[in-house]
Parts: sequence; structure tokens; C-alpha cells
Amino acid sequence: MSKYDKEQVLCSSGVNVLKCMRCGKCSATCPSYDEMEYHPHEFVYMVEKGQIDKLMASPSIYKCLSCYACVERCPRGVEPAKLVEALRLLVIRQQGQNHLKADDIPALLDEDLPQQAIVTALRKYSK
Amino acid sequence: MVFSYYPGCTLKNKAQDLDMYARRCAEVLGFTLEELPQWQCCGGAYSMAQDEIASKLAAVRALNSAKEQDRTLVTLCSACHNVLKQANHDMKENEEFSQKANNYMKLAQPYLGETKVLHYLEVLRDVIGFDEVKKHVKNPLTGKRIGAYYGCLLLRPGKVLQMDNPENPKIMEDLIRALGAEPVIYASRNECCGGYVTMEDKNLARKKSTAVMQNAAEMKADLLVTACPLCLYNLKKNTPEEGRLPVLYFTELLAEALGVKE
Repeated sequence: MSKYDKEQVLCSSGVNVLKCMRCGKCSATCPSYDEMEYHPHEFVYMVEKGQIDKLMASPSIYKCLSCYACVERCPRGVEPAKLVEALRLLVIRQQGQNHLKADDIPALLDEDLPQQAIVTALRKYSK
Repeated sequence: MVFSYYPGCTLKNKAQDLDMYARRCAEVLGFTLEELPQWQCCGGAYSMAQDEIASKLAAVRALNSAKEQDRTLVTLCSACHNVLKQANHDMKENEEFSQKANNYMKLAQPYLGETKVLHYLEVLRDVIGFDEVKKHVKNPLTGKRIGAYYGCLLLRPGKVLQMDNPENPKIMEDLIRALGAEPVIYASRNECCGGYVTMEDKNLARKKSTAVMQNAAEMKADLLVTACPLCLYNLKKNTPEEGRLPVLYFTELLAEALGVKE
């Protein structure tokens, strides 16, 4: 049994995991597939099974590019990226769990890096 | 014709070309972009979580500010376009979110998604018309083979952004044609460049951007155009120098064709 609540993930994401028909199109189209321990289709059935802790502990939650490919292409409207978002938020909303800290930013800058990259990374990786 | 204009953070800094050429071309084409007073950064990404409220309010304030001016809101950056349209959609369609956001902001009148949001490309296509744009071309880009790079945020989620067919878009190709050049269709034009992951995983950003660049080169494009500062960065900085095509903002290309580049 997971310490964290499946219901919380479902509520935060707005996803109905039971709509999934296991076609795998989300993972097939995911640009981060090769970098992930758990892939988009696995997020769907692992949330369904309540394996929330495992997903929260996986680096996969920081590999989603939020490119909406799986959101657009899911034939059942399950939209797995929303589960990744909800799980990442469950982690970074905890005290001291930011994945990227503001103090880390100066070392990551180069003269051409657009502000868009910084604000987006902070939105995605920290609270 | 005056539009409210949301430039966003990057167009004031690293992507000043995207903004400057857009304003110049607007003058030639007979419309004005009037910057919203006191706009705030949209955050670059719209949270997909239902229970995120505060991080979406900057976009809602911008939308409401355009409503108060009774104007259509125009934006240029793919990310701002994505955030503003998604926020607007939620304010209109998602009652719970809309109510919470309005409670938070305490506006004189609640904001319920009234503002129309257009990307600059949509202004060219739907308000001015590409035929009219073509009439203003002074330096046709004849003989150039140009690949449009859409990336992810300009088109998706298609149902919400309603900009173009998210899998087979043509808005930029039609613009390229209007400017006298030949659009190059390549499979990766709407695949992700790696986006913000360049901040923590350069390798992943390199893989993604290189795949896009190689695909465009294979299809014999001479150069690429984009509307997104982060796509431009990844394609220019996270691809091997050998075989790298020039990457421009679409507004620079437009300015060149309209004879207002210098």
C-alpha cells in the first residue's frame, strides 16, 4: 500500500486511468521514451494499481518535456502527461524537495539561454 | 487596427529580434501592437494540474487586462501563446478553476474567458490574410527552401489552441509561400526540441534537437524558421555544428521579404 493516495493523483491530474485501452501510443510517441525508467503507458497502469511511491521516487517524472505529444495522440483521451505532472507536484510540493533550486541557476546559464527556459524549468522542477 | 500585445519575458531579453521585426512588419501591414500595461511573465509552461491556481493567475490577469481594453490579445512566443490560450480555455470551460481564480483576483467584474487570443501568425492568416501579406512583399524569397519548425507548444493541445491541424499544420508553410519561398515539409517539424530539459539534461536536448535538424537537412531545407525562443536556442546551440542549418524567427524572414529588415 502506498503512503500517498492514488485518489490525490487522480484528482490533481483529472485523468481517468480506466479509459486506457493499453495501445501504447503514448509511449510510442514520447520524445523522452529512451530516458525513462517508467514510460507514459506505465504511469497509467501503475497509478491505476496505486503504485504512487514507486513513481514519485523515479527520475522519470523529471524527463517529461511537457510537449503534449501523448496528450494530443492518445486515442482515448487519457492524457498521461497529466499524471506525470501530478506526481511531480506531489514530490516538489513537499518541504525541501525542489528538483531545481534558484541557487543552482547561475551555473546553468550561458549567454544565449532564453529566459523562457529558466522560468519553465522553475515551474516544472520547483515550488 | 490596434491589438493588445503580450510580449512575454524572453522577447524583452534574448528574443528581441522576434519582437522588433514583428512590430516593424505590423506597421507595414497596417496594424499596431500595443503592449499591455504591467503584464507579468506567463511562467513559460501551463501546469496540467487541476489544483494549480496561483501559478496560472499572471496569464489570467493579462487576459482580463485585454478585456478591459476591449481588444483581441496578440502574442508571439509559442510558450506565451500556449499558456494564454490554455488559461483562457480554463476560465471559460472549467467552472471550478474559474471560480477559484476569480475569488483570488477579486476583479470588479469576474473574468470568464471573454478575451480572444491570437498568435501573430493567426493575425496574418485570419485578419490580414496571406494574400494581402503577399501584396506587400518587396523582396520575394524566390528559390529558398525553408522548413517551418513548429515544435510542441505552438500547436498542442490542438483542441484548446485551435491554431492549426496539430499533426499536419500549414500556417507557416502558407506564410513561406506568400513570401515567395518554397516550404519544405519534414516529419519532425512538430516534434519536441527538448525544451526546458536543456537546463538539466543537455544530452537529451541534444538528441532531440539534432534529430529535428538532421531531418530538415535530409529534406534539403536551406534554413528553418520558428516562433519559439527556446526552439531557436536548442536548434542553434544543442546541434552539431556540421550540418547545422541557419535558424531564424519567422518575423525576421517576414521583415526581409517586406523590405524592413535593416
